[in-house]
Amino acid sequence: MKTLMPSLLLLAMGAAQATPIAMEDQSQLKVPGVQAAPQFVPPAESAIPDNAFGKMVREGHALFVDTRRLMPEAVGNGLNCSNCHLDQGRLFHSAPLWGAYPMYPAYRKKNDKVNTFAERIQGCFSFSMNGKPPAADSPQMTALSVYAYWLSTQAPTGVEIAGRGYPEVPKPKDGYDFKRGEQVYDEQCAICHGGNGEGQKVAGDYVMPPLWGKDSYNWGAGMHRINTAASFIKYNMPLGKPGSLSDQQAWDVAAWINRHERPQDPRLVEGSIEKTRLKFHANDGVNLYGQKVDGVLIGQGIGG
Amino acid sequence: MKPLSHVVIGSLLILAWPSAHAADGQKIFNQGGQNPAAMACLGCHGPDGKGIAAAGFPRLAGLPAGYLSKQLQDFRSGSRKQAVMEPLAKALDDAEIEAISAYLAKLPADPAPDTRRQQIATNPVARLALYGDWSRKIPGCVQCHGPGGSGVGEHFPPLAGQPAGYLVAQLNAWRDGSRSNDPNQLMVDVAKAMTDAEVKAVADYFAQPASQEAKP
Repeated sequence: MKTLMPSLLLLAMGAAQATPIAMEDQSQLKVPGVQAAPQFVPPAESAIPDNAFGKMVREGHALFVDTRRLMPEAVGNGLNCSNCHLDQGRLFHSAPLWGAYPMYPAYRKKNDKVNTFAERIQGCFSFSMNGKPPAADSPQMTALSVYAYWLSTQAPTGVEIAGRGYPEVPKPKDGYDFKRGEQVYDEQCAICHGGNGEGQKVAGDYVMPPLWGKDSYNWGAGMHRINTAASFIKYNMPLGKPGSLSDQQAWDVAAWINRHERPQDPRLVEGSIEKTRLKFHANDGVNLYGQKVDGVLIGQGIGG
Repeated sequence: MKPLSHVVIGSLLILAWPSAHAADGQKIFNQGGQNPAAMACLGCHGPDGKGIAAAGFPRLAGLPAGYLSKQLQDFRSGSRKQAVMEPLAKALDDAEIEAISAYLAKLPADPAPDTRRQQIATNPVARLALYGDWSRKIPGCVQCHGPGGSGVGEHFPPLAGQPAGYLVAQLNAWRDGSRSNDPNQLMVDVAKAMTDAEVKAVADYFAQPASQEAKP
């Protein structure tokens, strides 16, 4: 554990780009608003070769869409990779794997080293999945990397392809409003994600992912940023109706979701929310960690 | 105090009994409602409530009570149009709707097939059912209706065990506007984005568990 934690910290701090204190980002580089129509088309499933490589593609795909069930030792909450990367990691504006894989390995200023794609995925497990990342040379990590590589077939390397990440949604000039966000949530989100963000299960397994509480992403995940969640929501939610919410609605509902408690940031500094806020959250986009909302300190953590 | 509480409980039972008795789900299912126009469910939906596939009469057994009562209310209001069910639902009072819905929800149903999304689907029908077609903003059916079409919560009914004819009729009802009672219009756009061939194929997929190729 002693050797593991510092390396996790390094990984976690690695994605800083725009600001020196920014933590693990969903993307290596800032994703601007939609400028160009996505052109890249990942290969069809029917193109998977019938050989050892193809077998690994299939294994990676299975882990990607059914992560929690297949990797219970690595996933500490109720989420699958495919909850935040829609259409099995294929969909543009939904942080597609073909937009991420070709950007690695990449130098990261904060830990002053070149990070591999596997190290980037490990960040997902630590934060978005609130779990314990598999080793970089583990069969699972290889399978996930192979799946991402295959989806990126014929994509240029080191080029920001249109459709990558979640496009930035500009912050409304009057900011966001929790009350309005709650209303959007109740009207458009609760039907799937539950009135208390708890998600919905069938036979013990989540079908619709929990958005807050002990089984959701933790306070270190990129999605805890209101700006990132607003981007994801605007371009991907409600499922099947991307783009149906206004920018204002996306920000309002993202703020409502991200004012709720979730598992603690695993990088918690000396047990202090304030120290953790200063070190990891103060310059990390728009987030509520360590701040008071209606007199209640946000970021106290919940569960496990 | 003891005698008083006995009196209170006794009178509560007396008060509660007649109304509970008036709307007896099992009786409505087997014999119909108080209004003779509310015919017994089993006549069309089968003695076990599992539907009659050949006629396209849907399975009701094991569907969520909230979903069933909403459908009956929607037949009354006209947001779900169906020539046989509309007058029938109008002949049921609110208490009867609650009672029959609760009764049907408890009837045993066959479990949905344990289909997972893990296996890459090359068959276009399985692909649509499991993953959808995002170029047309169609989510995979199971993403809302649960693994194998099990149904999720009160708003996303089971597809498994429903006759293909019924599923085709519903998809077409959304397409032609005769059914418009989907919460947040979640189904209408999906149904309109599908082709006739896909409607047929995906209905068969869920009606016949044996045709599902992807297995855990």
